[in-house]
Amino acid sequence: MDFAFMWDCFLTLMGGVPLTLNLAFTAVAFGAIFAMLLALMRMSRVKVLDWPAQAYVFVFRGTPLLVQIFLIYYGLGQFRPTLQEWGLWTFFREPYWCAVLALTLNTAAYASEIIRGGLQSVPHNQVEAARACGMSGLLLFRRIVFPIAVRQALPAYGSELILMVKATSLASIITMMEVTGLAAKLISQTFRAVEVFIVAGLIYLILNFIITRIIMAIEWWLSPHLRRPPAIEPRLEAAHV
Amino acid sequence: MSNGVASLSSQPAPSEAAPAVSVNNLRKSFGSLEVLKGVSLSAKEGDVISILGASGSGKSTMLRCINMLEVPDSGDIRIGGETIGLKKGRKGMEPADQRQVDRIRSRVAMVFQSFNLWSHMTVLENVIEAPVHVQKRPKAECIAEAEELLNKVGIVDKRNQYPSHLSGGQQQRAAIARALAMHPKVMLFDEPTSALDPELVGEVLRVMRSLAEEGRTMLVVTHEMGFARDVSNRVVFLHKGVVEEEGAPADVFGAPKSERFKQFISSHR
Repeated sequence: MDFAFMWDCFLTLMGGVPLTLNLAFTAVAFGAIFAMLLALMRMSRVKVLDWPAQAYVFVFRGTPLLVQIFLIYYGLGQFRPTLQEWGLWTFFREPYWCAVLALTLNTAAYASEIIRGGLQSVPHNQVEAARACGMSGLLLFRRIVFPIAVRQALPAYGSELILMVKATSLASIITMMEVTGLAAKLISQTFRAVEVFIVAGLIYLILNFIITRIIMAIEWWLSPHLRRPPAIEPRLEAAHV
Repeated sequence: MSNGVASLSSQPAPSEAAPAVSVNNLRKSFGSLEVLKGVSLSAKEGDVISILGASGSGKSTMLRCINMLEVPDSGDIRIGGETIGLKKGRKGMEPADQRQVDRIRSRVAMVFQSFNLWSHMTVLENVIEAPVHVQKRPKAECIAEAEELLNKVGIVDKRNQYPSHLSGGQQQRAAIARALAMHPKVMLFDEPTSALDPELVGEVLRVMRSLAEEGRTMLVVTHEMGFARDVSNRVVFLHKGVVEEEGAPADVFGAPKSERFKQFISSHR
């Protein structure tokens, strides 16, 4: 192992981290909004809303992200005149926006199921208590259903975020110079695939380590009700003996 | 119609002899099972009515119809003289106006068998939630009042703890404080002590007794014969979806007319 080379390699690849994170977080942010919409459509019990959402999830979970990226970047390029007519070409011409779109559509499909699971796991009695107090509609959703659902969905959403950070590596094949893109370029210049990919893998590991910690911190912050109350409990227990 | 919820007080002026709650010829089926077969009931202001009955007699369903947690198939429900509008929906009856239902619910508080406190909020947050967000009262005022109420039910020291950190009896007392914070005109109790360990029942019953002594209008579905006999001023016994026996506790317990009620009392001693 040539550690000096690997260090250089590390410094080079770190240059791709901003784009990697940019792609991941942009896609997750847009995807979350879309996912919310899909989850509500699925739970609406209205067939014309439920059915398209279900079909969407089926298609985007059932096909590889790589294929989706190809189809959006190269496939839509064939409809350039139409897209130009609609004024959408400036969007689809950019590999960045194609990558963001593919990642967004993909994560929305997965996340909608996570959100649906969270919403459905909200205990009925909590909702009933809110109704009995005169809450309904958006107020009920905003104050009771959503906060409880978020707490249920967060662990699964955390792994979706990690999956997305890794999925950005696929954007390299449509010329995006994020971490994997830079790694591929470096390999073609140096022919030292092992070292470069070890370093690239390490960078993803570091990113995901940090993200995992952040999610854990948010979980901890949101769930004081699942922890033992500080200080008081031991004394209570002693009093019961 | 929208004489604001903000103007509610805990001691409402008695309106022209309109009963606080009146239920007339209520019917409700779940599928092919007819749970309520024409139940009528009326509560004046200050009445404490105990609703007794074996499991499956329809007593909880009737209580849940009063604040529209179950929508009756027919019959009418009036709260303080205001009839709750119903209309035919896709699947049976549904409320005609959700805003009316919300408004009525904010005056009819409910205490549940399994407490149903919001798990992600502290006790204090549970108590101020509806006053602040449904009744839109100033938060500071709600907090001050919530602390008084928690003091009254004896758990003010638990105000910053979460429901999961409390015993069942404490949770139910917190739920009662939450109900009181709405300044309700009527309080519905759906088997409030049935989910409690025997040694915790007393603390909840004591709080309920003190509420009855304040002159609050209460409808209590319960298995606590002592409460029915000593605290309530009227007892209603439901059997298979109809009112089988009704009257003052001294009369119905002293000289029950219905054979089934006799059996029921003797099996609940």
